[in-house]
Amino acid sequence: MSTDVATVAVPATRQRAVPSWAKLVVIWALLIAAPYWLPLVGGYTALAGRVLVFGLAAMGLNLLLGFTGVLSFGHAAYFGLGAYGAGLTLRYLVHSTPLAMLAGTLLGGLAGTLFGLLIVRRRGVYFAMCTIAFGQLWYYLAYSWNDFTGGFDGLRDFHREPIGFGPLTFDIAEGGTRFYFFLLAVFAIAVTVLGLLVRSPFGHTLRAIRENERRARFLAIPVERQIWLSFSISCFFTALAGTLYALLNNFADPLALHYSLSGYFVVMCVMGGMRTFWGPLLGATVFVVLQDYISSMTVNWMSFVGAIFVLVVLFFPRGLLGMRRLRGSA
Amino acid sequence: MTQVILFNVTNGLIIGAFYVLMALGLSLILNLSNVINFAHGNFLALGGYLAFTLSPTLGYWGALLVSPLLTALVGLAVERLMIRRVYNRDPVYSLLLTFGFAFVMQDVARYVWGPNGLPLGLPDFLSQPISADLFFITWYRVFMVTVVIVAVLGLFAFLRYTRVGVRIRAGTLDLETVASLGVNISFLRTFNFALGCLLAGLSGVLAAGQIGLNPNMGDDLLMPSFIAIIVGGVGSLIGTLFGGLLIGMAAALTTVFFPAASEAVIYAIMMLVLLFRPRGFMGEEGMMS
Repeated sequence: MSTDVATVAVPATRQRAVPSWAKLVVIWALLIAAPYWLPLVGGYTALAGRVLVFGLAAMGLNLLLGFTGVLSFGHAAYFGLGAYGAGLTLRYLVHSTPLAMLAGTLLGGLAGTLFGLLIVRRRGVYFAMCTIAFGQLWYYLAYSWNDFTGGFDGLRDFHREPIGFGPLTFDIAEGGTRFYFFLLAVFAIAVTVLGLLVRSPFGHTLRAIRENERRARFLAIPVERQIWLSFSISCFFTALAGTLYALLNNFADPLALHYSLSGYFVVMCVMGGMRTFWGPLLGATVFVVLQDYISSMTVNWMSFVGAIFVLVVLFFPRGLLGMRRLRGSA
Repeated sequence: MTQVILFNVTNGLIIGAFYVLMALGLSLILNLSNVINFAHGNFLALGGYLAFTLSPTLGYWGALLVSPLLTALVGLAVERLMIRRVYNRDPVYSLLLTFGFAFVMQDVARYVWGPNGLPLGLPDFLSQPISADLFFITWYRVFMVTVVIVAVLGLFAFLRYTRVGVRIRAGTLDLETVASLGVNISFLRTFNFALGCLLAGLSGVLAAGQIGLNPNMGDDLLMPSFIAIIVGGVGSLIGTLFGGLLIGMAAALTTVFFPAASEAVIYAIMMLVLLFRPRGFMGEEGMMS
């Protein structure tokens, strides 16, 4: 009998959203040391920066997708709004990186918050369809408002500004290691907040909704409000990642708003394991590295990216971390 | 001014007709199988390209008949091999699957037929204008709208008067009950998917005659089709028909007065519908949740 209890108890402890300290140490050590070990294996620092940016966007989306069980296929809209918000602020308003990030995050997050109000009662594919269609609105807006956003060519003529005052100035204008550490610092703060949210009572209500919406409702969890909050918060995180994207490239383009990118975010979550906290970061790593590698090898990269989607869905639906967990609990 | 408005009204009718054909196919698949077919625009392109390849041997009329059927056949194979595997899973998987497959199809079209635009030859009399005053209305435009009307009437008649059609409509409302009555829903879904692809292929052939062929010709039609479904109401094909015509007309008429907003207006309509009538004009209560 006692073995039965043990086998039941094991998956329960493994379901913990934020993993053990040892794992955290390994993840952060790898991230902090990335500029030093990446060149040894043929990578470059800008690639690691992109992994952080897309990883943060995917982890933000995963609060909704993996932890609330609600499918948004339009998160590129908030990512792109973040990027455009930061870029437009830097170009037209003030030459300040923190203010630009704030403006971009607010723009994307608030757009998501307002739109969320309209669609919280939708579920499943219908929710997804509304998010896709709403996302494309911003794509067409950025695409056709040439004078203001640069149209199809994207928004140029802005660049990262140094952070801080006087002797404490931290110059991130050059790419390289210093900017990577800036990205990593923002990523670390955001992911910590996200982790605390997931572990909080609020996070637990989200998982309750994912597992059984009706039962959650009987427990007096305000389902619509929690889904709306989850959608809104995940939009803020994705928008923050979008501002970092604009800073990373000194450039914002309509493709950062296109629904293809939303699909990439979703596949990052699924590929890494959407029921796990760190899965989306792993998925983003695999996706960014593969895309970088494939697009340098062949012009038919679309087929390969599409094939990755199909293969993940058909043969790998639990994702990398999900597979490991399944074997661990079996 | 009358001519400008008339020109745009006919334009709206034609654009709306494309949205309708595209959205009806999407809607069929969505209602019965709960799958958003992202590759629908690529099935449209496939239909057009097949017509391009077939028309030298079969002539235009032969190609118009055969290529939608071939598109449906490809759709049937895709459903059998891939999409049916994800029916009972979280909707995220069906979305990712069709989304990824759309990429593959687009790349294949680019590889086989080349990245540049291709024209589809039309019979001579179809390219003539119908009169000197109405020089902007060619017979082809009249023909297109006629074909769309015939196809839509045919579809509704099929769904109303044939056994399979009735089962598809019943399955839309309650698939479990239909299955427990002994209907082979696996076959029903496959057939239904192929039917949706047939409509996409047909609109592809028609669109190719008007705007020519390129590998991503379906992409611009996909989003408005989604919006047509949302506006018209999920679960109602009549609603989809109405939604498609409405946004086609709205986009075309906005072009007359304020060209830059012609894309934006259909999104504005969608927002208003979501705000004031979330289930869409003719959607069933509870169908979207």
